[in-house]
Amino acid sequence: MNNDKLIIGGHEFNSRFILGSGKYSLNLIEAAIKDAGAEIITLAVRRANTKEQENILDFIPDGVTLLPNTSGARNAEEAVRIARLARELGCGDFVKIEIMRDSKYLLPDNEETVKATEILANEGFVVMPYMYPDLNTARDLVNAGAASVMPLASPIGSNKGLATKEFIQILINEIDLPIIVDAGIGRPSQACEAMEMGAAAIMSNTALATAGDLPLMASAFRNAIEAGRKAYLSGLGRVLTRGASASDPLTGFLRD
Amino acid sequence: MVKINGEILDICGMSVSEYLKTTSYDIKRIAVECNGDIVPKSKYDETILKDGDSVEVVSFVGGG
Repeated sequence: MNNDKLIIGGHEFNSRFILGSGKYSLNLIEAAIKDAGAEIITLAVRRANTKEQENILDFIPDGVTLLPNTSGARNAEEAVRIARLARELGCGDFVKIEIMRDSKYLLPDNEETVKATEILANEGFVVMPYMYPDLNTARDLVNAGAASVMPLASPIGSNKGLATKEFIQILINEIDLPIIVDAGIGRPSQACEAMEMGAAAIMSNTALATAGDLPLMASAFRNAIEAGRKAYLSGLGRVLTRGASASDPLTGFLRD
Repeated sequence: MVKINGEILDICGMSVSEYLKTTSYDIKRIAVECNGDIVPKSKYDETILKDGDSVEVVSFVGGG
């Protein structure tokens, strides 16, 4: 297990839990990172506010990899602009591409995501595209130079769990890049299930931000993700199609 | 007129540095884009804002 690293764009990580930083107090970030055991945290890029003196970067411990997203982008061009601005902010080359055309379901635009991935990968970014789990798109993302593929489990912020389970499994089986399940994972048990399926990592924000005790939930997710990973590496036991199979010897009974 | 983060300002002829000095932005925590292109920090002094320029000044916030 000690050699079980998550490798994204040549960078090695021990943790398989990518943490979001939205919708909760900046003062909870450090505890969330610590209790999640997270080594990667996502951020968004927005117009700077001259009134707010606090900056999120002051709340993130050193050594944590920053993963800026391109939320707010409606097409590839806007995503590329946001990614370049994020890099100019001076915190590395990672970017999570997020392109949405509608604000009701917040579903990613796969076609524009492939375009943005190609442009940014050519500019040297470590590109982690958020996508609707579709095998053809995932293959296009591989060819475009993506460092991972991040399929959604269910709509962003819904906490509804693995609604796209079958299609994520296809990506895990067929795509030779880390498949990181992003969006919609609401409970540790769902994170564990995705990891048992062979997902490389889990990205979660809302499940924590809307939990009663954020650091405690971060810790619960950490345990669930680690359990799921161990189960996957171990190889799950088989399922009988019918009948039963005794766990105890069927001889030596105390009778006759 | 120059549009900065959606706000129209009468600052034509100012450099990006001069404009930023009139604000309370933390220079270490922002990135600047002018007409869709990044303005690197090293170019803040020499980049003069012209009539019709559209500028974005951004920073990191929490997000998923």
